[in-house]
Order: sequence, then C-alpha cells, then structure tokens
Amino acid sequence: MNIETKSELPLYEVFIRSKNGLDHKHVGSLHASDAEMALTNARDVYTRRGEGVSIWVVKSTDIVASSPEDRGSFYEPSDDKLYRHPTFFELPDEVGHL
Amino acid sequence: MDVIDQEHDELETAFQAKVEAEQRIEPKDWMPEKYRQTLIRQMSQHAHSEIVGMLPEGNWLTRAPSLKRKTILMAKIQDEGGHGLYLYSATETLGISRDEMFEQLHSGKAKYSSIFNYPTLNWADIGAIGWLVDGAAITNQIALCRCSYGPYARAMIRICKEESFHQRQGYDIMMTMAQGTKEQREMAQDALNRWWWPTLMMFGPNDANSANSAQSMKWRIKRQSNDDLRQKFVDATVPQAEFLGLTIPDDKLAWNDVRGHYDFGEIDWEEFKAVVKGNGLCNRERLQARVDAHDGGKWVRDAALAYAAKKADRKAKAA
Repeated sequence: MNIETKSELPLYEVFIRSKNGLDHKHVGSLHASDAEMALTNARDVYTRRGEGVSIWVVKSTDIVASSPEDRGSFYEPSDDKLYRHPTFFELPDEVGHL
Repeated sequence: MDVIDQEHDELETAFQAKVEAEQRIEPKDWMPEKYRQTLIRQMSQHAHSEIVGMLPEGNWLTRAPSLKRKTILMAKIQDEGGHGLYLYSATETLGISRDEMFEQLHSGKAKYSSIFNYPTLNWADIGAIGWLVDGAAITNQIALCRCSYGPYARAMIRICKEESFHQRQGYDIMMTMAQGTKEQREMAQDALNRWWWPTLMMFGPNDANSANSAQSMKWRIKRQSNDDLRQKFVDATVPQAEFLGLTIPDDKLAWNDVRGHYDFGEIDWEEFKAVVKGNGLCNRERLQARVDAHDGGKWVRDAALAYAAKKADRKAKAA
C-alpha cells in the first residue's frame, strides 16, 4: 500500500434492514471520517429509493471473519452429527406427517 | 514439478470447477492472481466510467429546459455517483485501496469508457445519452449480474435496478423532442447521428480482436461476447428509433430474415483506437475535471478527519 493510503478515510461496512421483520443485510462499504458521517453517507449511497428502514455501519477493521481455507476443519464438529437433521430418522409411512 | 507448483495447479483446477458449477467466488476465497488482476482492471474502469460519466451530463444541469427536467437529471447524475461508489466498494474487496484506484485514474493508467470523451453539445444529447448510452450500459450490465465474482455481481444487480430509470428519462426527452417543432426534431436526429456509432463502440472490439475475452469468458467474468451484446443492443434499439421517427445513421442497417437479426455497418475502429489512446475531443478536459475535483475536495477530507480525531480525543479525555 502506498503512503497516501494513510490519509484515506476509514472504511465502513454497511448493513441495511429493508423492512421490519427482516434481518439487516450486508450491502457494501463506504469511506467516512467517523460513524456519524458513515451513517449519513450510507443513507445517500444505499437508500435512494426507500431500500431501508434501519442502517448499521461497522468499521471494516472491527470485523473478525473466518477464513475459507479452514472451512473443512472449522465446520467439522457439526458435519459428523447427522442426527441433527430430521431426515436422519426413518419413520414408517403409517405415522404420516411428523 | 515441485510441490508448490502442484499445489497451485490443484487450487486452480478446483477454482475452475467451482466457477463452472456456477458457484460464486467471494473475497477471501483463493483465486488465480490473473483473475484478481483482471477483475481489478475491469471493475475499477467500470467505477471510473460511472464517475466520469457524470461530467457530460453535468454540463447541461444548469441549462435544463425546465425545473422538472433539471431535478430528474440531478437524480440521474446522483445515481451515477452512487454506481461508482458501489463499484469502488466492490473492487476494494480485491485488495486495492480507493486511493490507489484514484491515482490510476488521475495518472491515466486506468481507462474509463471512451463514450464520455465525446462532448454534449445541446439538450438533445442528454436524451440521446440516456436512451443510447445507458441502454448500451444496461445490455452490458445485465450480463454482468451473473459474473462469477460475488461482490461484482451483487453491485451489478443493484445498478441494473436503477438504470432503467435512466434509459426511460432519456427516451422521454427524445420522444418530447421528436414530437416537437421541426427544429427540435432536427436536434434529436442530430444527437442520434453523433451518438450512434460511439455507442456501438461501447461494446468493445470485435470478438476476433478482443484479447482478454476468451479468458474472461472461461472465468465467467464475462458471460456474453462483445459482438453478441452489440447485436442484442442494435436489435432492441432499431424499433425504438423507428417509433421516434428518427433515422439511424447507417446505410447498411437492414433486417436479415435468415439470421433473425439486424445487419449493420462496420464501426470506424480507427476512431475507436484514437479515443481510447487519449485523442478524443474531451479526454483531457474530463481527466482534468476529475483531478481538480479530487484535489479541491482534499481540505474537506482533511478537515473531516481532523474533526473525527478531535472528537475521539475529547471522548478519551472525558472517560
């Protein structure tokens, strides 16, 4: 990264709830000097046509993410517990819907 | 073959299989370095095009014929700015900073769509841009909604939803002028004459001469070839011009019953190359306007950062 990067405004990730009853969903990112500016910029960039009723902004550097390379071992503990899925159990047809 | 090479080949094979299975590639997934570079080039150029694309239209903002037209044009230009931001944001997920992208644009290293190096001479040009240029952009962008790179595809879906407003506002201007006075009809025809060929150039070189196309198709960055997309655009646009009572400036344009498509004339590729090289009518002016805007906004960014630092400092002291 070059020197100028240091003066770049921090990056924020933007999450929007499109209507009550739905989850906030990641929509993209933007640069802003602080959280307040991030919120108003998110409104201008991502909700010009009533796309949201609630916005979250999070500094990108504050997000901790799992890594795709570890996907196998990371999720392994649940992979061998097939009995967590209802299809694991065989039901006689006579029982009908359960 | 040593172990590292072999591992790399395996990763690449797995990557290609994933792409062919129509699974999306996400930012932290392994990807071939050339795939990353190709995307950075294409996506940043796409972002730059949205931002530079605001300039020809901005030229007519203060001279729009009515307050209604002016507010609509303002909203359209704001959308273009938004589209640029969606795309810059998506490109940053590939590990390039916003400042680096600006630097590449300002130094001339990164290109933007050549169409924006043509001047907007009168109000009819605003209609022609919305109708033709945005129409061509939509044709390109709909194909990109299924691009293999997740963040790019998602940005394209968001953009496509907004673009149809742009094309309709352009066609609305053209309809009004085409149904207007003799002078207004002539202005509409003149705008179509000047914008038709540059619009067809937006789809890029013919497939046979497009160096990067084959690899991009293989990686499913590109989903349809330049010539296919160009044909699609011509087929869709000819009836729209007929409805306006305007004539597309191409003697060779004719319906081909056998192909089920319109045949059309050859693009002036010398002009295309000259404009890409930087010798279009407005290349220097457009770039200068971008550099001035970025430099002129520096004190605002600095002040905002200083204010944020001061606030954080005060908060820390109070705690």
